[in-house]
Amino acid sequence: MSEFYQWDRAIQPKAFTPDYKTSVLRSPKAALLSLENSLSEVTGPVFNHHDIGPLDHDLIRNYAHGGDPIGERIIVHGRILDENGRPVPHTLIEFWQANAGGRYRHKKDTYLAPIDPNFGGCGRCLSDDNGAYFFRTIKPGPYPWRNYVNSWRPAHIHFSIFGSGFSQRLITQMYFEGDPLIKLCPIVQTITDPAAVERLIAPLDLNASVPLDTLAYRFDIVLRGTRSTLFENRLEGN
Amino acid sequence: MPQELNYLKQTASQTAGPYVHIGLAPGRAGFDIFDHNFGHIMVTPQTVGERIIIEGLVLDGTGTPMRDALVELWQANAAGKYNNPADTQNKPIDPHFRGWGRSPCDFETGFYRFETIKPGQVMGRNGKPMAPHVSLWIVARGINIGLQTRAYFSDEEAANAADPILNLVEQDKRRKTLIASRSERDGQAVYRFDIVFQGENETVFFDV
Ligand SMILES: [Fe+3]
Repeated sequence: MSEFYQWDRAIQPKAFTPDYKTSVLRSPKAALLSLENSLSEVTGPVFNHHDIGPLDHDLIRNYAHGGDPIGERIIVHGRILDENGRPVPHTLIEFWQANAGGRYRHKKDTYLAPIDPNFGGCGRCLSDDNGAYFFRTIKPGPYPWRNYVNSWRPAHIHFSIFGSGFSQRLITQMYFEGDPLIKLCPIVQTITDPAAVERLIAPLDLNASVPLDTLAYRFDIVLRGTRSTLFENRLEGN
Repeated sequence: MPQELNYLKQTASQTAGPYVHIGLAPGRAGFDIFDHNFGHIMVTPQTVGERIIIEGLVLDGTGTPMRDALVELWQANAAGKYNNPADTQNKPIDPHFRGWGRSPCDFETGFYRFETIKPGQVMGRNGKPMAPHVSLWIVARGINIGLQTRAYFSDEEAANAADPILNLVEQDKRRKTLIASRSERDGQAVYRFDIVFQGENETVFFDV
């Protein structure tokens, strides 16, 4: 059994971050209970190609109703790695986003920007043997939200990644190089390490673009690494 | 300068936001897109084990249900074996049980709900068996990093008393926040497990 390295609390956001107002009532007040990994934490669900449809990774086509969505056509690609630099293969990656105008296809989103009839705004894929993944979409727009009176989210894509064990599970957001809203965003600022914020910003990757067709951005994701046990106590089941 | 440690740095977590349903449960966002959806029904007729429901509310610091939260559940099968290659226990895999489910809270009632089976005992660290339990992971708007906890079962008193994780919780009162209480509804076993963020009955969350 390979245990995971601990969460890096210098990188990960705190639960209670009052400048992101919603966190105030949605954060535990008591200290978390530290738990060494058992089988319950190092195992997690396994997904395969039967879980995924042929267009799930193509947000330009997977909700098209007779036309293409409006917006900048982009490819997002990268690798899922762990802290040891090892690829995380065959893991489920899910992503969702607003349309080019910054509007979500969600019954609770009331922003005045229009719904795009050809854009659903979600997709998923599995990483390959080398941990690589890619999908195609349109660039999402920024949108306003109620934190301060004039708070705007930078353009972003939400990511959910499973990894190999349930305690490797991660949800995060990818931002786009050059967006002036990133440094103003209270949600981004829940991360206090500037280098950790930089790592959420995807650079333009012209080499991965399709000439005359689609630009590309690169976004690598690093999950918790697994410990190689040098001196082993006898663990469960062995 | 000492030698450098060449570990990569973890990607930072960010909130799932209010529209988590679009990506993880589009039906709840109000549209249909995928051929195959992930949901809260974890069993098929072939799955081995006692059918149970695990349900509850996710309550914020004022005791108000967080109707936009999303809960995922991971558990062993009826024999106490996880459907994952890292589980090397000598026990049978149930091919009809992945062991994982996903439930958004209901926009009206606030309840999350899983239809599953009661898991068996899994061996814990140092050869100490763990009482039957499920692992839960909670995300929502306002949660910067997914929270993890466990639900144990109220009718497993002896096993719970010997459980190595429950025994890490010093305060009796807090230990009780990890126990789902069993009742019957329409002949079906229902376990109620509320996840409480703050206040007197704050759930024990884990740093795992
Ligand atoms: Fe968003």
